[in-house]
Amino acid sequence: MTSPFTYFARHLQALLGALGHLLRQPLGTLLSIAVISLALTLPACLYLLVKNARAATGSITEAIELTIYLKTDVSLERARQLADSARARREAGRVTLISADEGLAEFRKYSGFGAALEALQGNPLPHVISLRPRSDRADPSSIASLQRYLGSWPEADIVQVDNEWVRRLSALLGLLERVFQVFAALLAFGVLAIIGNAIRLEISARRAEIEVTKLVGGSNAYVRRPFLYLGGLYGLLGAALAALWLIALAAALEPWLLQLARLYGSGFQLVGLTTEELGGLLGGGTLLGLLGAWIGAARHLSRIEPRQ
Amino acid sequence: MIQFEHVFKRYPNGREALQDVSFRIDAGEFVFLTGRSGAGKSSVLKLVALLERPTRGSVLVNGQDTGSLPARAIPAYRRRLGIVFQDHQLLMDRPVYDNIALPLMVSDTSYRDIDKRVRAALDQVGLRAQERALPLELSVGEQQRVGIARAVVARPTILIADEPTGNLDHTLARDVMQLFARFQEVGVTVVIATHDMALVREFGHRELHIDEGRLLGGASAS
Repeated sequence: MTSPFTYFARHLQALLGALGHLLRQPLGTLLSIAVISLALTLPACLYLLVKNARAATGSITEAIELTIYLKTDVSLERARQLADSARARREAGRVTLISADEGLAEFRKYSGFGAALEALQGNPLPHVISLRPRSDRADPSSIASLQRYLGSWPEADIVQVDNEWVRRLSALLGLLERVFQVFAALLAFGVLAIIGNAIRLEISARRAEIEVTKLVGGSNAYVRRPFLYLGGLYGLLGAALAALWLIALAAALEPWLLQLARLYGSGFQLVGLTTEELGGLLGGGTLLGLLGAWIGAARHLSRIEPRQ
Repeated sequence: MIQFEHVFKRYPNGREALQDVSFRIDAGEFVFLTGRSGAGKSSVLKLVALLERPTRGSVLVNGQDTGSLPARAIPAYRRRLGIVFQDHQLLMDRPVYDNIALPLMVSDTSYRDIDKRVRAALDQVGLRAQERALPLELSVGEQQRVGIARAVVARPTILIADEPTGNLDHTLARDVMQLFARFQEVGVTVVIATHDMALVREFGHRELHIDEGRLLGGASAS
């Protein structure tokens, strides 16, 4: 029975051995890590692009407004009750009731038809409820649901919302997210292949050592262990370099993006990776490295048996 | 104990290496496996070390039929054997100490025990002063002694050696053979394949003579 200390000491030894191996071949290590980092940087860039686009368009979606024109025979009291009902909806942000009299006064003030309006016998305008959805409920499906609800009021004449562009924007961002997912899957496969190949070459170079180790009773798990650590280190270092690429890229683009945002009067701020996302990138890179090494090692180590 | 029962071994190239070989070696016995090159001596050792499996017949080692041993059990089986080869099979980029420690490293022995046992093995083969040397810095005889130290460090019950003195002059070969004799004295079963008949005669242990894959003499323990 192996003691926990011996078990961890063996793993530490394998880890240090793998680190030493990487340091003994600095150029080869750097090239492999650079290729892995590029394969990880591309999907990470796309992810950040989608994330920033979502953040940038968040303030735009806040400008979406639904206007409910009530029927002209609806009383002001009933209009107030309907406005309160609208406020109670969880999708609702700011709800404003514009009475028919307020509407007419406003129209008189700004339209320039003041004198013509004097000729009217009554007020032809309806009470109007203006509703702005909450920013976190401004997606097309929530707005459509809200529109259906408001349209079901018997007192509602017209419910007007111009959200076509929001749907298009959301579809575009959805497409970008899909592109990110496809790229991430393809490039993850690429990372597996790169690391699997690096491990295959390493196994070939250490064939004699593997044969001797198996000859004296080394199990497949024992022989595989240093290669798994090597793959894990390749993945981790590749992900760390990818994170550095992202930071450098963000730093280089930020002044131009902020200038562009200012030109559109937006308070947009570039959003980078959170600590959790950085952890995900490093952890994902390490896992890919381990998996690539496992595949490479399982395939090639089983073919090596001691020969005499 | 090692027992071969009607063992046949045919290699994929069609060569019949062993034909109906049966013998028994008792625990703690010292046996020479003799015959000219290509006679089948190495095939016997390969079957004992499970580097090969018999085409027919059974090989029993310490009462266990090696033919029924699954692949995953082979590493643990080999850890109970000590194996020495003519070309030493050392890791040339590792110091003597690390080479000898390898069988203990793979068996998850604690570092303290590894240190004790490796130093004891180094003392037994007289290489304590060279523990940090690389194998290439040693003479052929010293390299062979490193190979022997590695084979015995895990305290195997069976020690097998394939032409361990093949590259050595007679004096060095005698020294190496005396080392094997010392291990037999402490209860280890020793099987040595050799074609050096002078050494076989000098040490006078039982001889299993093989010719063209057939056992010609010495099948039973004396």
